[in-house]
Amino acid sequence: MELLSNLSLGFSVAITPGNLLYCLAGVFLGTLIGVLPGLGPTATIAMLLPITFTLPPVSALIMLAGIYYGSQYGGSTTSILINVPGEAASVVTALDGYQMARKGRAGVALTTAAVGSFFAGTVATLLLALFAPPLAEFALKFGPADYFSLMVLGLLASVVLAQGSLLHAIGMVVLGLLLGLAGTDVNSGAQRYTFGMPELADGIGFVVVAMGMFGLAEIIRNLEHNEDRTSAVTKITSLMPSRDDWRRMVGPILRGTAIGSALGILPGSGSILGAFAAYSIEKKISKNSAEFGKGAIEGVAAPESANNAGAQTSFIPMLTMGIPSNPVMALMVGAMIIQGIQPGPSVMVEQPALFWGIIVSMWIGNLFLIILNLPMVGMWVKIVTIPYQYLFPAILVFCSIGVFSLKNTQFDIYFMAIFGALGYMFTKLDCEPAPMLLAFILGPMMEEYLRRALLLSRGDPMVFLTRPISATLLAVGVLAIVVASIPALYRKREEAFREE
Amino acid sequence: MASIVRGTKDFWTGIIYIAIGIAAIFFISDFKMGTAVKMGPAYFPTVLSGLLILIGIISFVRSFIQHGSPVSGYAFKGLILVTFSTLLFGFIVRGAGLVIALPLLVIISSYASKQFHWKYSLGMAAGLTMFCILIFLKGLGVPLPILGSWFGR
Repeated sequence: MELLSNLSLGFSVAITPGNLLYCLAGVFLGTLIGVLPGLGPTATIAMLLPITFTLPPVSALIMLAGIYYGSQYGGSTTSILINVPGEAASVVTALDGYQMARKGRAGVALTTAAVGSFFAGTVATLLLALFAPPLAEFALKFGPADYFSLMVLGLLASVVLAQGSLLHAIGMVVLGLLLGLAGTDVNSGAQRYTFGMPELADGIGFVVVAMGMFGLAEIIRNLEHNEDRTSAVTKITSLMPSRDDWRRMVGPILRGTAIGSALGILPGSGSILGAFAAYSIEKKISKNSAEFGKGAIEGVAAPESANNAGAQTSFIPMLTMGIPSNPVMALMVGAMIIQGIQPGPSVMVEQPALFWGIIVSMWIGNLFLIILNLPMVGMWVKIVTIPYQYLFPAILVFCSIGVFSLKNTQFDIYFMAIFGALGYMFTKLDCEPAPMLLAFILGPMMEEYLRRALLLSRGDPMVFLTRPISATLLAVGVLAIVVASIPALYRKREEAFREE
Repeated sequence: MASIVRGTKDFWTGIIYIAIGIAAIFFISDFKMGTAVKMGPAYFPTVLSGLLILIGIISFVRSFIQHGSPVSGYAFKGLILVTFSTLLFGFIVRGAGLVIALPLLVIISSYASKQFHWKYSLGMAAGLTMFCILIFLKGLGVPLPILGSWFGR
C-alpha cells in the first residue's frame, strides 16, 4: 500500500512538536481572521508571508495552509452567531445558521458546522492523498502548450467566478498579466516597465500587490459604511444536536462534501462556489425545503461541509501542477518559490516529506479546529465585537511593516498604498481584483510557456488546438465563458452573488 | 457626465483600459518585437496591450448602449486618508523612526472612521507602537529605526 506508506511518512513529518505548533498557530490565526470581518485570508497570508521566510519550508507551508482552512471555519462561527459572515464562503451559512441561532439553537448550529467541516476535511484530505499522485504523473505528460492552455483555463474560470461584469474581469486578467511582466525579462535581460527604477528590476512583488489590492482596498471599502457592529450576540445553550438533527444532517454533509471536493479542484474556484452550489442543491432536493431560510439544519450542514472540502481540494492543482486556483493558492506558490521550491509535478517526487507532511497536517489541523473552536466559541464572539475603528489602523500598521520587511525598502510601502487606491477604484467600477492577482502571478509563467510552445511548433499557433490536452482545456475554458454570458444564466450568476 | 453615457462604470473602465493599453505599448516600443518563433521582449506585452485596448473599446462603446448602475458611495475620505497615511509612513519611517511614523499612521488613518475619537486614537497609537517595537523590531529583527536618522543617528 503506497498510500499508507506515504501517509505514514506525512505523519512522521507533521507530528513533530515544531510542526504541530505551527499547524496550531496557523489554524488559530486562521480562525481569528475568519472571525474578524474585513480581514480575509488573502490579506493575512500576504501579511504573514515575510515572517515565514525564516521557517523551514514544511513548517511555513503547514502554517499558511492552516490559516486558509482555519479562516473558512472561523467565518462560519460569526455567520451563525451574529449574521456577519467573516468570509465570503460562509455567506450561505448565515442564511440558515443565524435563523437557527435566533430560535435558540446556536449551539446545535455550531456543532453541525464543526462536524460537517471535520468530516469534509477528512474526506477531502484522503481524496488529496489518493488523487494527487496520479494527477502529478499525468501532469508530467504536459508540454508547454498544455501548460499555457491550463493557465488560460484557470484565468477564464476566475473570470466566470468574479462578481460584476465579465468583460471587466477579462480586462483585469489582461492587466494583471501585463503588470506581472514588469521587471527584467529572463530571456533577453530587457528592463520592461521599470522606468529606470532599480526597485522595479525584480518586478513588483506579488505580496505588495496582494496587500494593496486586498488589505488596503478592503479597509477603504469597509470605511464606506461604518455601521456599529455591537449587535446582539446570541447566547449559546446546548451544543448537542438531537437525534433527529443528527439524522437530518447526514445526507447534506455527504452531498456537501462531494460537491465541495469536486468544485474545489476546478481552477479559479476554491471554496465559495461549492458552498453556494451545495446550498441550492440541498434546497431543491430536501424534504424540508420549506424550512430553508428559516433555520433548517441542512442549510448549515451542506455549505459548511462544501466550503471546507473545497478549501482542501483546491490544493490539488497547486501541489500537483504548480497552478494556483485562487489568490490564496497563488500566495502559497509564491511562498514555495521564495523557499526555493519550484511548484509542479516534481515536488511530490523530489520532496515527498514536504508534500505528504502538508497533506497530513491538514487533517491534524482540522482536528485542532474542532477541539479549538467548540470550547472557545465565547472568546471568538468577544473578538467579533471589537469595533472596526480600532481594527483597521492596526491592520494598516501590520501591512506596512510587513511589506517593508520583505525587501527592507520603503518603495514597497509606496507601491502597496498605490495598489490599495487602485484596487478600491477598480472595485467601484465593477472590476474584481481577484482575477487580476491570479493573472499577475501567472503572467511570467504564461509568457515562458507561450514562448516555448511556439518555439517547438516553429511559430505555428495551431499547436494549442492540435494537442489533445491543450485543445480540451481551451474548449472547457471557452465553454465556461460562453455559458456564463448566456443572458438567463448570467442573471442567475448575478443573483447568486447578490445574496452576499 | 453627459446623459448620453448610460453605463458610467463601463465608460470609465473603458477609458482606463484604453489609456493603460496605449501607455503599455508606448513604454515597450523601444524593445524588439521578434517573431512568434523567436519572441522578443516586446512581443507578449504588445499582444496583451492590444487585447486590453480592444476590451477597453468594447466597454467604452457598450457604455453608450447598455444601462448600468451608477458609481455610488465613494468613500473619498477613507481613500485619501488611508492612502496618504500609508505613503507618509513609508516616506518618513527611515528618517523619523517608528516612534513618530507609526503613531502618525494610526492617528491620520483612524480619522477616516466616522467614530473617530481623539482619546482612543492616541491610546491605539501608543499601544500599537509599543507592540510593534517589541514584536517586529526586537522579536523579528525588522531593520527599522526606533528613532530615525533625522535625530542625529
